Amino acid sequence: MQATTDQATTEPAGSAPELVIVDLYPRDMNIYGDRGNVLSLVRRVRAQGFVPRVVEVNPGDPLPDDVDIVLGGGGQDSGQGRVAKDLAVKRDEIHRLAADGVPMLMVCGLYQLFGHRFITHTGDELRGIGVLDVETRGGDVRMIGNIVLDTEEFGEVIGYENHSGNTTLGPESRPFGRVTQGAGNNPEDGVEGARSHHVIGTYLHGSILPKNPRVSDFLIARAAERRYGEFTPVAEIGDTVTRARESAKRRPR
Amino acid sequence: MRDLLSALIGKAVRQVARLRGGGSALPGLVVDKIDPGFLARVLGRLPYGVVAVSGTNGKTTTTKMIVEILEAQGLRVFTNRTGSNFSRGVIAAAVQECTVAGKLQADIAVLELDEAHAMYFIDRVRPRHTLLLNVLRDQLDRFGEIDTTAQLLRRIAEATTDGVVVNREDPLLEAIGARIEAEVAGSGRPELRRFGLSPALRATFPSDSDFHGAAAHDSASADPDSDRVFADVVLAEIGDHEVVFEIDGDRHRTSLRLEGLYNTFNAAAALATVRMVLGSGAGGGRSADTGAILSALSEVRPAFGRGEQLQLDGHPLELVLVKNPAGFRLGLASFDPEGVDTMIAINDQYADGRDMSWLWDVDFTSLQASGVRTVSGTRAWDMALRLEHDDVRVDRVLEDLATALRSFRAETGERPRRIYCTYTAMLELRRELAEITEVEEIW
Repeated sequence: MQATTDQATTEPAGSAPELVIVDLYPRDMNIYGDRGNVLSLVRRVRAQGFVPRVVEVNPGDPLPDDVDIVLGGGGQDSGQGRVAKDLAVKRDEIHRLAADGVPMLMVCGLYQLFGHRFITHTGDELRGIGVLDVETRGGDVRMIGNIVLDTEEFGEVIGYENHSGNTTLGPESRPFGRVTQGAGNNPEDGVEGARSHHVIGTYLHGSILPKNPRVSDFLIARAAERRYGEFTPVAEIGDTVTRARESAKRRPR
Repeated sequence: MRDLLSALIGKAVRQVARLRGGGSALPGLVVDKIDPGFLARVLGRLPYGVVAVSGTNGKTTTTKMIVEILEAQGLRVFTNRTGSNFSRGVIAAAVQECTVAGKLQADIAVLELDEAHAMYFIDRVRPRHTLLLNVLRDQLDRFGEIDTTAQLLRRIAEATTDGVVVNREDPLLEAIGARIEAEVAGSGRPELRRFGLSPALRATFPSDSDFHGAAAHDSASADPDSDRVFADVVLAEIGDHEVVFEIDGDRHRTSLRLEGLYNTFNAAAALATVRMVLGSGAGGGRSADTGAILSALSEVRPAFGRGEQLQLDGHPLELVLVKNPAGFRLGLASFDPEGVDTMIAINDQYADGRDMSWLWDVDFTSLQASGVRTVSGTRAWDMALRLEHDDVRVDRVLEDLATALRSFRAETGERPRRIYCTYTAMLELRRELAEITEVEEIW
């Protein structure tokens, strides 16, 4: 029953092209299984015929010279302050990378900090870096539960949301998807996440990438095209993924 | 006379049960039915009473530490070694170890109490001393389960006659402690003591995820410089199998055979409890000699709380409850998968938590060599996907628990079996298993 189609059991030959994955702030921003995104992307990169190299970047660490894909997760408020300070230092560099077409996936806390600002209940403002045209306000309602999105580029995206921040989109970003089950950015707009360049911000964890390989493939395709000029997908989507998606969709909120 | 009868009947049932290859708790079940007061009378005669150990994580290892340290001080200790921490398991153990006259050959009992079954126990026996270890929470818990657990632990503490030890670093337990202190201000009974972490360790300990305050966004509990009330035993430094404890204000360096941060921290809990017990006159009124208890502690080897042991088709079947990443990690690290057929059952009912992200915070690579025979539960496919990501072979994925259990039973049986399961999966599996083997009633 094991689908082996989407896992390369052998490393590509030494000459296989490399893709550098920057894992942003794993020490401070990893509370909802964000490690699963790194694990899943690494396997998918291998399955698509590349050699993955993961570089962990914590506050104070420089970004590596080669950056092909950037992943970031969610954290608790205590870590968010530390991370916001460090992001401010890296702001220009991250803007340059985004404008240059580097694909990025920012979940939850880092989605908020990739926006302009986060305004807390008490009116305190945490400055973001504005790569995404969104801003977030602390809300009273916790938006929590299984969620399904309809997206143009990735088909149905299935995950789990857990946030009380209300995020609103400005004109420069478009939503990641339209909510078919669940809440999304806020209780009113019916959309979830944000996209600018090849940067995706979303509240979906679960983790998001294991059950949504098409999102991984998007990150890999954009990275490969940028660095090597082309991308030909070779990995299929396995049976386990398909079944896990079907089950998750049937579960109550 | 009653004791004699109960003990004899219990022993007889035990013999019969053993001949049938049955469960360890059956004699307890029978004795409890015919003589509900048996446990209270037998334990009530112990000169130094009962020490209860409760909390969500680390009970078994901590109980083992307390037992072995007390034994090294010359005390005869009765404990629920069978790994069945349900009351009837305790009764069964008592039946096994008492004389036919119903007298337990022991000075003191140290019992781990599962928070769910503790109420049944304290209705029958009041502990003389109680240790409350922790209320382990993962940030994903939103179901009030934590508060329920804290309530149960508070009731155990309130049923305790002489002394309670609490974890100073756990806000919920500290609240229980403070409340006891306020209530007994006049009488001083039960006495309250604490174990804790030094400020330096508090910053590095995985408190954010596991000992965090009730609100996931309350970072006060992780503030290394915040003032704390005095703790009798403080874990001050951690090295390689070597630690420094501050006991009653003095620093003591000692070696440890225990692995893992939790066990090391729980060693401080065991020390505080032993000091309280010995200080109360157990062991011939000698006060706790710090050198002697540390030397006994340094000899203790790790033992993780065994799951519930059943017998099925003549082989042991173990149910291991997994509720959060820390518990699952600890379970995988503590049980050798070699020579065992493994099943994993993951539900996402309300009581389990709907969010599956916790599975991604557990490393399953230790199951690579043995593989997993069956994966089941409402989120079987999520679990299968998780295992696939760690290159763990899975033979069958069957969402329906009854079907999965039948398949698992049919395809294994040459050796011990182990099932890791979430809370509601465990309840359902126990119901299914009760149809085919001896399963202790929970309620």
